[in-house]
Amino acid sequence: MYDKKIIIPILAVIVVVLTYPIWSLFGKGAAAPELDLNTPEIQALAEKECIEDTEFMRSNHMELLNEWRIKSVREGTNVYVASDGQEYEMSLQNTCLSCHSNKENFCDSCHSYAEVNPDCWDCHVGGEL
Amino acid sequence: MKMDRRNFIRMCGLGLLGLGATKADKIFADVTKSKYLRTASLQGKRWAMVIDSRKCNDCDDCVAACHKVHNVPDINKKEQEVKWIWKEGFHGTFPDLGHQYMTEKLEKRLFPILCNHCDNPACVRVCPTKATFKREDGVIMMDYHRCIGCRYCMAGCPYGARSFNFQDPRPYIKNMNNEYPTRTKGVVEKCNFCAELLVKGELPLCVQACKKGAITFGDLNDPASPVRKILENEATIQRKPSLGTYPSVYYIV
Repeated sequence: MYDKKIIIPILAVIVVVLTYPIWSLFGKGAAAPELDLNTPEIQALAEKECIEDTEFMRSNHMELLNEWRIKSVREGTNVYVASDGQEYEMSLQNTCLSCHSNKENFCDSCHSYAEVNPDCWDCHVGGEL
Repeated sequence: MKMDRRNFIRMCGLGLLGLGATKADKIFADVTKSKYLRTASLQGKRWAMVIDSRKCNDCDDCVAACHKVHNVPDINKKEQEVKWIWKEGFHGTFPDLGHQYMTEKLEKRLFPILCNHCDNPACVRVCPTKATFKREDGVIMMDYHRCIGCRYCMAGCPYGARSFNFQDPRPYIKNMNNEYPTRTKGVVEKCNFCAELLVKGELPLCVQACKKGAITFGDLNDPASPVRKILENEATIQRKPSLGTYPSVYYIV
């Protein structure tokens, strides 16, 4: 190969520059957000539990909300019977956010960590507005 | 077991199909095993309204009550305004009925008008995404999540009952009601016959707000309902009946 002395260092520099975004992040994982459950409404609850268990809510809340949307807007139902038999009004604004009144430290902290941008808040009034 | 190559490929195909079927099953299943209930039933109902324009006078209580609770923005530009219920003169309300020798009282009278929740709604037929649809109880609903803002429904509606959000409506809402959503830029909105109250068994806000009792609400399918009583005893008309939309809002002139 001609000009080996120039080409190989230049190639090495190009590889390093191109992969910089990948290796520069090694070992620098951002800490998972701490969800703030300390709202006056939650403190006032006798049993501090969401409508379903925490594990279910954490992984399925988005699908649950989609289901609520279809059931309440399109099918005209308004009450959700949870698996423990408790009944809840299906409303993001009036049920979910009445306990989780701290949208910024609850919804937003996780959504921005996971880089998801749900457009719920374009219409639904959330938290302090 | 002996199997030739052709059979082996067939079995592979079948196996893949089966795999796909289990996946599809999971996609369409509800996340929860829970039940959903209605406080008030939709079945066999057809909601309707009778507006006695003789009792209606200069006040704007029905408009104010509706627009306040539903977070309807107050936009001054006429071509961009958003309205769910508003007032119009006789000729605007019944364009094919007026004549030149009408009483002055009738000429000056204002009629509250809103979405007619037609039995044969043009808006529902033209909506390409089924964002607007007719419920079992006759209420024409908007699913704002699905609206793409094409405004076909506005072209289809012969009553001008629909408004488009040309901009984010929030800066134009003076007192935000935190218990009801707003709309967003690029969706069409209209009166929902207070579906959020009907499901709880309550009357629409305009009916509750009218101090003169000019607006009556009830089930057309129930012969004993207040609307049917009025329709039997008074001369009532609908807006633009010749179009065949069969409005659910009736007027006593």
